[in-house]
Amino acid sequence: MNAAAAQIENLDRSSEALPLLSVRSVSKAYGARIGCTEVNFDIWPGEVLAIVGESGSGKTTLLNCISTRLEPTSGTIAYRMRDGEMRDLYQLGEAERRFLLRTDWGFVHQNPADGLRMTVSAGANVGERLMAVGHRHYGELRATATDWLGRVEIGADRIDDQPRAFSGGMRQRLQIARNLVTAPRLVFMDEPTGGLDVSVQARLLDLVRGLVNELGLSVIIVTHDLAVARLLSHRMLVMKDGRVVEHGLTDRLLDDPQAPYTQLLVSSILQV
Amino acid sequence: MNPALIVSDLAKTFTMHLRGGIELPVMTGAAFLLQPGQCAVLGGPSGAGKSSILKMLYGNYAANAGQILVQHRGREIDLARAEPRTILELRRETIGYVSQFLRVVPRVSALDIVAEPLVERGIDRPQATRRAGDLLSRLNLPERLWSLPPATFSGGEQQRVNIARGFITDHPILLLDEPTASLDAVNRTVVVDMIAEKKVAGVALLGIFHDADVRGAVADTIIDVTGFAPRGKDV
Repeated sequence: MNAAAAQIENLDRSSEALPLLSVRSVSKAYGARIGCTEVNFDIWPGEVLAIVGESGSGKTTLLNCISTRLEPTSGTIAYRMRDGEMRDLYQLGEAERRFLLRTDWGFVHQNPADGLRMTVSAGANVGERLMAVGHRHYGELRATATDWLGRVEIGADRIDDQPRAFSGGMRQRLQIARNLVTAPRLVFMDEPTGGLDVSVQARLLDLVRGLVNELGLSVIIVTHDLAVARLLSHRMLVMKDGRVVEHGLTDRLLDDPQAPYTQLLVSSILQV
Repeated sequence: MNPALIVSDLAKTFTMHLRGGIELPVMTGAAFLLQPGQCAVLGGPSGAGKSSILKMLYGNYAANAGQILVQHRGREIDLARAEPRTILELRRETIGYVSQFLRVVPRVSALDIVAEPLVERGIDRPQATRRAGDLLSRLNLPERLWSLPPATFSGGEQQRVNIARGFITDHPILLLDEPTASLDAVNRTVVVDMIAEKKVAGVALLGIFHDADVRGAVADTIIDVTGFAPRGKDV
């Protein structure tokens, strides 16, 4: 191998060795009550991490802390910006933080009404995030919106309809299109299949799985449904009472759980 | 030639926390190695821990003690201690696995399931799909089934999708968990031929085969797992 090639390989390795997001000793207290405590993990490009646990285990608190929606009581969250530099999220200026939220990140809410504008058209919901990063050409915006609606399996004839007129599953797919249109590197999902019928859920999961693979997205997904975690995630973090009780490869945690609580969770899955 | 994989002192115990923390030792002191171009077969009665060994070698079960040394990207990695990310990388590039049952994904066609490992390794989709089709026709899966998700397929049809998916890549190590269990004689022969070709290509294989004819046709060495039974355990 010549020197230049060796150098490129080293560069590749070193960039691969850097995580996209690093969470260290993150805790959030609500007065005397613990939201989450002493959480540590990294996520690398292209990885899907599931945070699982029952209601009240602190998983949504953790998701809100790492997506800058809720300042932690202590700990640090560092993110690798597009220039390659790791930055502490809570030390960013307002403009940098807005860039992340509008462009580099996506946030898919359990209830699509929290992530969509219900009284503007489907096309505008998708186009809005593009306009926020400077796209102005109407024809191009509409073409991109139509393309994205197609990718989430919404017919082009629905582009001028408001999400109010959509079913729950369609609204959720529209929310996903709205988030992915700016080519984010990291997407947060909070129980994205929560309120949906099983058949609609399967379709959405399959769609998300395909898009994640195709776009090489990093995803942090909160779910209480272990089947969702099995289908989508590479790694899993199991939470109970605000603490991470087990952390590792998704299939290993499900097939050979070590912590008492993970064993209880896995043994509680209903067989169909 | 250097072994592709070396197992030493491997131990596995299940701790059942929901049953008062009772411990079920499965094996202790397991040791063997896999050579490139050879097929080793795990022998021993049901319940002796053959599947557990395959699962530990794929990172699917945690090992309680011992080493699983694997040659990966020109380095030696101890899979028993590797980070999740390293295990995923090993699975993508170095260790392939044909499980006993296909885990079906809703709405994904048989052809795409088979092509997926190649697509994940960066091969372009048309080429990956062509290779997938070649393997499925070799395994005599009727072409009218290719575009359907395998959820409604018979056991033998699902197994052939699974085999095609496991054999499509050129992983240097391939683990086989009873790949011929639900196949007819014709397709069993196809799989035996495919294993022979992997050996010629220098792949190190480790398998569980209950069918004595298949075992006789593919095995270069038999690893008797009863020798790894924990003391005091009735096998």
